[in-house]
Amino acid sequence: MKSAIAILTVVAFASVPLWLRDPYLMNALITTGIFIIGAMSLNLLLGFTGQLSLGHIAFFGIGAYVSALTSLGFDVGLPFGFRIVHDPWPPIVGFVLAIVVAGLCGYLVGLLSFRVRGAYFVIVTISFAEVVRLVALNWVELTQGPLALTNIPSITIGLPGLGDLTLRTKLQNYYLVLAVAVVTYLLISRLVHSHFGRAMRGLMENETLAVSVGIDVTKTLTLAAVISAGIAGAAGSLYAHYIRIIDPEVFAFINTVTMVIMVITGGKGSLAGPVVGGMIFGLLPVFLRPIMAPEAQWIAYGGVLIGILFVLPRGIVPSLALRFAKPRKRIEPVTAVAFSERDVKEHA
Amino acid sequence: MSEFLQHLINMLVLGGTYALLGIGLTLIFGIMNVVNFTHGILYTFGAYIMFIVVHQLGVNFFLALPLAVAAGWLLGAAIELTLLRPLRGSDIDTTMLVMIGAWIAMQSGALWIWGGVAKSVTTPFPEAPLVLGPVSVSWLRLFVLAAAAMLIVVTYLLINKTKLGCAMRATFQDQDTASLMGVNVDLIYTSTFAIGSSLAAAAGALLGPVYVIFPQMGDLAAVKAFAIVILGGLGNITGAVIGGFILALAEELGAGYVSSGYRDAMGFLIIIAVLIFKPTGLFARSERVG
Repeated sequence: MKSAIAILTVVAFASVPLWLRDPYLMNALITTGIFIIGAMSLNLLLGFTGQLSLGHIAFFGIGAYVSALTSLGFDVGLPFGFRIVHDPWPPIVGFVLAIVVAGLCGYLVGLLSFRVRGAYFVIVTISFAEVVRLVALNWVELTQGPLALTNIPSITIGLPGLGDLTLRTKLQNYYLVLAVAVVTYLLISRLVHSHFGRAMRGLMENETLAVSVGIDVTKTLTLAAVISAGIAGAAGSLYAHYIRIIDPEVFAFINTVTMVIMVITGGKGSLAGPVVGGMIFGLLPVFLRPIMAPEAQWIAYGGVLIGILFVLPRGIVPSLALRFAKPRKRIEPVTAVAFSERDVKEHA
Repeated sequence: MSEFLQHLINMLVLGGTYALLGIGLTLIFGIMNVVNFTHGILYTFGAYIMFIVVHQLGVNFFLALPLAVAAGWLLGAAIELTLLRPLRGSDIDTTMLVMIGAWIAMQSGALWIWGGVAKSVTTPFPEAPLVLGPVSVSWLRLFVLAAAAMLIVVTYLLINKTKLGCAMRATFQDQDTASLMGVNVDLIYTSTFAIGSSLAAAAGALLGPVYVIFPQMGDLAAVKAFAIVILGGLGNITGAVIGGFILALAEELGAGYVSSGYRDAMGFLIIIAVLIFKPTGLFARSERVG
């Protein structure tokens, strides 16, 4: 049942370019897709380990900058007279490096910030993202600062027997983003239903209990942070090579908030949640644009976030899943544990 | 040397308003355990009230200040009653996200109403600064320092000498016991949030005329307030005051001797460093974290 829905959804998304010709809408779909990949990676932390990282955009932005700089090349001076000169490499190498570097940053941030929990964790992650933004803004020699990195090349894929294909058009980028999104979804799905996934959720439900049954807290959380950051880095790389210009504003806190809204609205801790929430909030601006000023749209977003938390605190997908779930033998308060257990069984 | 003295003078002026911001947030964070993302928008709001009252209503500059504080108090009480009271008892992440929603809506509202163009407030102080030997300080900044110091003292007396303050401290220590002793916890929460918000509005009303006023001015102020609270320890007013001055000093020295582009990074670096090395804050008694 579930896999049937998943396959139908992928087929539906794959067929979109066949009937949608509007370039503005295609553009909105591509950026939405990139942000959905980011939201899925955030969901891995927020929904499955319960750690609210409000600095997630840092990994996205680091991925974007690493990928852009790898493919553009740079020449920077370092203290003590050292210089690093880097000649441009193919963008696909940048994509891989973006994942690696963002993952490494995730490891370092995780190592430091998982020493604190709750509100303090949130504040550390915000601070990290802001420091990275200020570095991107001020290290002009490397990042061009507010002048932005421009003319970032499009991704080129080597096809066996067909030569190189440079993804320039919206159609090609759409399928690239869709492919990465599907791979991400499958990866997170495998992770969540593995031993590691159960360890993450155990930590989220009750850290003390999880430790007592032998789950290594730091290792589990740090690994989750590394994977999550790596995926966000991949999304950032896609963004850089699609938009082809990035400036320090990519690190703006509001971008993290956008991802958080996507996850919370769709349903944290649900695999499909970020996709549903992402489609809603990615495409809402397209429909609101003719009728509302941008400021009014943001007022509406704030209102929707508050409204969702008051009315559907668990998000759209889990609430719908509960409504259509088969009646259970015994009526019990449905907690996150009960839901995730059933989730596992259905998949097995 | 004179350059260093000038940095110290600037630090005092900046530190006073930072302390106000920090006290407001440490009360809210400490007593209510709410990560208050609307603190920055209250700061912006205070500055805009100043602008409206002085320029559009033509009221005297010195009268506008108490009006801005009162407006901050009312807005804070309204936020607490509509958003936080229904969520009492829900987990900290939910309230945090609701506050983020409120912050986005209110900041966009400010942008919509007042536009993105920065505004400045004319003040009754003379242009020429007060020159004291090698250093100079404008009269406006001196007034800001004096007003901030007065507000800090008033808040300190309010918390430590009045019945309301006693009830607030009791609620901070143990909400259930305070409630059993006849403390109206709901009222304490609303008062705490209103007082904290009015202090943020006061800080905005004081610093707004020194710099310029624009809708996003509160974003950095909010993060700085978090840095101060973390430095000083949760719910610790004296810690918040000292934290405010430490942050101001770090910013002044960072901007003066490292690079002015990294001035605003100081707050974040302090947050990261304190939480890694001494997560209970520099001046905290034993307290839980997280």
